[in-house]
Amino acid sequence: METIFNFFEANQEIIYMVILMIFLGIEVIGRVPSVLHTPLMSGANAIHGVVIIGALIVMGEADPTNYVALILGFLAVLLGTLNVVGGFVVTDRMLEMFKKKRS
Amino acid sequence: MFASLLTIIYLIASVTFIVGLKMLSHPETARRGNLIAAGGMGIAIFGTIFLYKTSTGEHLGNLVWMFAALIIGAVLGTISSKKVKMTAMPEMVSLFNGMGGACAMLISLIEFNHAKNTTIELGHFLAIVLGLIIGSISFAGSIIAYLKLSGKQKDISFKGQHIFNALLFLIILVGAVITYNADVTMAPTYFYITFALAVIYGVFFVLPIGGADMPVVISLLNSLTGVAAACGGFLYNNKAMLTGGILVGAAGTLLTVLMCKAMNRSLLNVIIGNWGGSVAAS
Repeated sequence: METIFNFFEANQEIIYMVILMIFLGIEVIGRVPSVLHTPLMSGANAIHGVVIIGALIVMGEADPTNYVALILGFLAVLLGTLNVVGGFVVTDRMLEMFKKKRS
Repeated sequence: MFASLLTIIYLIASVTFIVGLKMLSHPETARRGNLIAAGGMGIAIFGTIFLYKTSTGEHLGNLVWMFAALIIGAVLGTISSKKVKMTAMPEMVSLFNGMGGACAMLISLIEFNHAKNTTIELGHFLAIVLGLIIGSISFAGSIIAYLKLSGKQKDISFKGQHIFNALLFLIILVGAVITYNADVTMAPTYFYITFALAVIYGVFFVLPIGGADMPVVISLLNSLTGVAAACGGFLYNNKAMLTGGILVGAAGTLLTVLMCKAMNRSLLNVIIGNWGGSVAAS
């Protein structure tokens, strides 16, 4: 029990932030029209590619002689980049088509 | 000074994610919103590479490897998303989502290897193990969703699948608890078993769901990857990862519900399919 209380005490800033972000996330896209559902999904997909920052840190901190960590880190950065770049490019292409259709 | 510059960069990145999502939900501003979020992501990535300081005050190393991975990823990502047919867009999104999940999963694997010989505090452990479980489920599930949408994988369901899935999920949670309480010699074994089960769960979670419901499932997996990214944010005390991840987690969940509504169905109905009423829903 004490561990749990300590956990909340030590991380209260982050816990507040998480709760506020949950409400913000719901509020921000609350009125999206249904034609934009797929592009929005794709855009959100690109944004969670921010996980690549973690991959960069892991890779940069790895001991250059520890090949397992290096290879796993390399893969993590590669996959994260695919997520970010692919995500944004795909979203842009979807929205481009959307624009042409309307005009 | 460089450290505080990086703080400002992460702050700007977080704001661009919020503004980007907001603009993406209006037809006139959507495209610009996407570009703004992409810009925020760009500065966050290069800021991390050049300004991040480790706990011992050193800059990040292995830059050659890092840039090799970045360039290969960027080229592959651009080519594959420029070439894909408009009708195949959802499966491409699913594939990229799986890559993000796998990224979170790998981070957790490496961080566990770092920490396994030391006593680990609860918050740190939770971030690692949740990132692993959620990332693995999202990775395996997205790959199955991709295979289904591209017609390479048919729906597979067997009797009692929902109960099987629920049990499997319970075992994964138990595995995480056992790992936390295990001693140094046994913890890795339990950790890798939990990891394997999470991957299997991701496969069995998506397998029975009908092909027409795939976009909803992809949206759900998308928000899961967001949560996995947020776990990484907790691990490194990185506010850009945390806000971006939670934002996508929350917005993605709402979007999943909205997509179900647009199809006139409930989320429960999509996940359980025509087997309504099973306990496995939760």
